[in-house]
Amino acid sequence: MSMSVTFTINRAARTVELDDPRVTLLDLLRERLDLAGTKKGCDRGQCGACTILLNGRRVNACLALAISHDGAEILTIEGLAEGDALHPVQAAFIEHDALQCGFCTPGQIMSAVGLIGEGEAGLDPERVREGMSGNLCRCGAYRGITEAVVAATQAMGAAGQEDAA
Amino acid sequence: MNRFDYVRPRTIAEALSAAAQPGSAYLAAGTNLIDLMKIGVARPARLVDLNHLPGLDAIEGLPDGGLRLGAQVRNATLARDAGFARRFPAVAEALLAGASAQLRNAATVGGNILQRTRCAYFQDPDSACNRREPGSGCDARDGENRLHAVLGWSDACIATHPSDFCVPLVALDAVVEIEGSDGAREVPLRNFHLLPGTTPERESVLAPGELVVALRLPPGADRFAAHARYVKLRERTSYAFALVSAAAGLHVEEGRIVEARLALGGVAARPWRAEAAEIALAGAIPDAAAFRRAAELALAEARPSGENGFKIELARRIAVRALSLAASGTPTRLPALPASPFASSAGGLHD
Repeated sequence: MSMSVTFTINRAARTVELDDPRVTLLDLLRERLDLAGTKKGCDRGQCGACTILLNGRRVNACLALAISHDGAEILTIEGLAEGDALHPVQAAFIEHDALQCGFCTPGQIMSAVGLIGEGEAGLDPERVREGMSGNLCRCGAYRGITEAVVAATQAMGAAGQEDAA
Repeated sequence: MNRFDYVRPRTIAEALSAAAQPGSAYLAAGTNLIDLMKIGVARPARLVDLNHLPGLDAIEGLPDGGLRLGAQVRNATLARDAGFARRFPAVAEALLAGASAQLRNAATVGGNILQRTRCAYFQDPDSACNRREPGSGCDARDGENRLHAVLGWSDACIATHPSDFCVPLVALDAVVEIEGSDGAREVPLRNFHLLPGTTPERESVLAPGELVVALRLPPGADRFAAHARYVKLRERTSYAFALVSAAAGLHVEEGRIVEARLALGGVAARPWRAEAAEIALAGAIPDAAAFRRAAELALAEARPSGENGFKIELARRIAVRALSLAASGTPTRLPALPASPFASSAGGLHD
């Protein structure tokens, strides 16, 4: 059975022929669309390395069947920068040295973009840490990651009403 | 992962018809099912995808004052719904204490109640597990079992139900709406999950092919909103399943408890409603002695199923903590670490 599925990926329309319903969004991106920025860590929804924005919400791409998300809008790490201009979260990760080996970084950054969009953590490091707990970093760069997310939140003017009050 | 047929129904009738074929499974978000398929624990011949069915993702107030949660409502959507969180704060707190933000954005109301146990032996196809393969035995009995059940377990199975969400829902008398080829029916959530007995492979009252379409909170379930908490102890403070948890709701008038609700998580194959404790609390002054008495009653029948005797006293203390926090009032904003008994800031003892 072959099924044609359509996505908007990083603002471009993509149609894919799926000959097998077992393909996850993660494998679709990495193996079929040459978008290998999204990483495969555990492949079981435990590490967060595969985090993407699916219809604007951060999810684990490894646990989502591509066929089930026909019609979805997807944003990956490759679609974050505007030309040569880094997204504020990307810039903050560099500024705050929020990585060592870098393997978890695309997932961390996409998760942070999702978190800031949710608008609930604000500038509170404790809420940022809790909000980022779905992304593991084996190098232990958590301190830098937390600082970067707080700084990016501030830079984006998205601290939320709780903190503005 | 095994090969399977994929079916995308457009109506509930089409879904029921597609799932009538033996070996079918419904696909909601797949955060649990796809994981189990990857490790060979679930091997459905056919997936019936619920994600393109209209009408299952609404949060609806009902004319009688109850609230209906469609089975495809996402956990994060529900937790962030301001009206819902105001009326059912312990449910919102339980939702936010579960899994990670990524999983909460995907996981659904219906999938949550139907998630499978995280017993390591259930999840390992090379281990004996009566729940996964009836009659094969239970490697958990003599294995790593410090996380396992202390209530309602049997010689055949000592697994626990892992949901946080279900714990306050059981305390609030939530009802499960089910559709099947023979029509619709409803079952109280507290009776939905089955204790293992000699048939641990039967995990719920659902018959093959039946579909959970909604959960309902009955009218008046929000009368505990001013005094409602969920407390969850984990081996790490975020993104982990409960060692033990408790949902408490109190209706307090003039310094006395008019009515109490208490349910425990992480202790049994279903969310555990502590009715004897609730009866003892009715009419009592909400103080430490009353809460300790209630906790003793809640765990009166508990016994270790392995190296987990510590969970019994831990569950008592978490119940006392949940009741005490509920008595002091629902916070206007959830703490930074929802449901955590530990500090959210350096130097503090707890929230």
